[in-house]
Amino acid sequence: MTGAELLSSIGRVFGDNILGRVEFRGEITFAIAPEDLREIARCCRDDLSFDYLIDISSVDNFGQDPRFEIVYELYSLSVGVHLRLKTAIDEEICAVDTVSDIWPTANWHEREIYDMMGIKFNNHPDLRRILMWDGYPFFPLRKDFPLEGKSSEMPDVAFSQAAPMEGGPFVTVPSTATTKDREPRARRPDLNEES
Amino acid sequence: MRANYGCRELSGQFLASKWHAAIARQFAFRTRLRSAAAPLVFPMPEPVPAAYDSKIEGNVIFTRLDAAMNWMRKNSLWPMPMGLACCAIELMATAASRFDIARFGSEVMRFSPRQCDVMIVAGTVTYKMALAVKRIWDQMPEPKWCIAMGACASSGGMYRSYAVLQGIDQLLPVDVYISGCPPRPEALLEGLMRLQKKIEGERALIMQKPKLIEDVEALV
Repeated sequence: MTGAELLSSIGRVFGDNILGRVEFRGEITFAIAPEDLREIARCCRDDLSFDYLIDISSVDNFGQDPRFEIVYELYSLSVGVHLRLKTAIDEEICAVDTVSDIWPTANWHEREIYDMMGIKFNNHPDLRRILMWDGYPFFPLRKDFPLEGKSSEMPDVAFSQAAPMEGGPFVTVPSTATTKDREPRARRPDLNEES
Repeated sequence: MRANYGCRELSGQFLASKWHAAIARQFAFRTRLRSAAAPLVFPMPEPVPAAYDSKIEGNVIFTRLDAAMNWMRKNSLWPMPMGLACCAIELMATAASRFDIARFGSEVMRFSPRQCDVMIVAGTVTYKMALAVKRIWDQMPEPKWCIAMGACASSGGMYRSYAVLQGIDQLLPVDVYISGCPPRPEALLEGLMRLQKKIEGERALIMQKPKLIEDVEALV
């Protein structure tokens, strides 16, 4: 089976379960509903040879509804085809079924998403934080979490404090200017207007 | 009077009394006195009239006890390599043959804090790691010193973020800060030499052994 055949067959197999299809520079993205995720994932692995889960990532579309989005990057090692699945997660539910029994590598990816974004994974075998310590009260990659962080305290485990921003954040600018002009500086919009 | 920091000071003995002998024994294990058994190649010092005795000529040195202790300490700073990020690569390079930290008596990287004198915090200290670093520092025996190597250990560096401690000096007393991202091995050696200079000026006995001085004064 060639890559093109494989990708066209996905549409036939899933039919109405595909909520949207985007093709950009040869990369196919399917939008699917969270309820269909496990069924589609299992079918992708068993029937369509997507045996490699490259990554799972999450997006916080703060201010939109549904707020979160989870992106599954699949790859077929035998055919050499890339497939992206996106599913939208409502903020009130804030949970989705795990695929860690389908692709074992999803175990840690899902833990990272839980750690950074606070999205839970139903039936995950070991849903603990993976980067921050157990007991850290925030989800730092959410858009409403400040860049400098928040202070917290877990006695005998860890603490955290808000970092001094000193007029920051320190950002660089894309330009052809010299390194001196491009280098990271505090570029707050309100300060820039004065100058 | 400042002590004369020559090699011959320790090649002989500086023992003037049993008290000195006790102090010397206490600190001798810290000093690998390689030259103790080796023959002297330096010219003998001018004999001091009060101590002149042809049998022990050249083997008795007068100095301040503080100076002798500082001399031993500063030339045998065993590091605790607290390598947390890319600075640790430079730390390893400093220990390797091209830069050779052994020239300054610090080649013995100890992975047990109980045997260390100076903690070299080389790298980004995350909040998750911070209390572990503090704990290792607490396990090091006094006297101890700390070098914050690189921008991250000194101030958080480029990580002005929720996850990174903004300088290890928020948890432990830092003696020497080294700039750089990461610093060159030469910079680390310069920091080590600065620390040695600092140790030279310490009043080791008076500051760290007040009880001992009290006891001795009571005897006298």
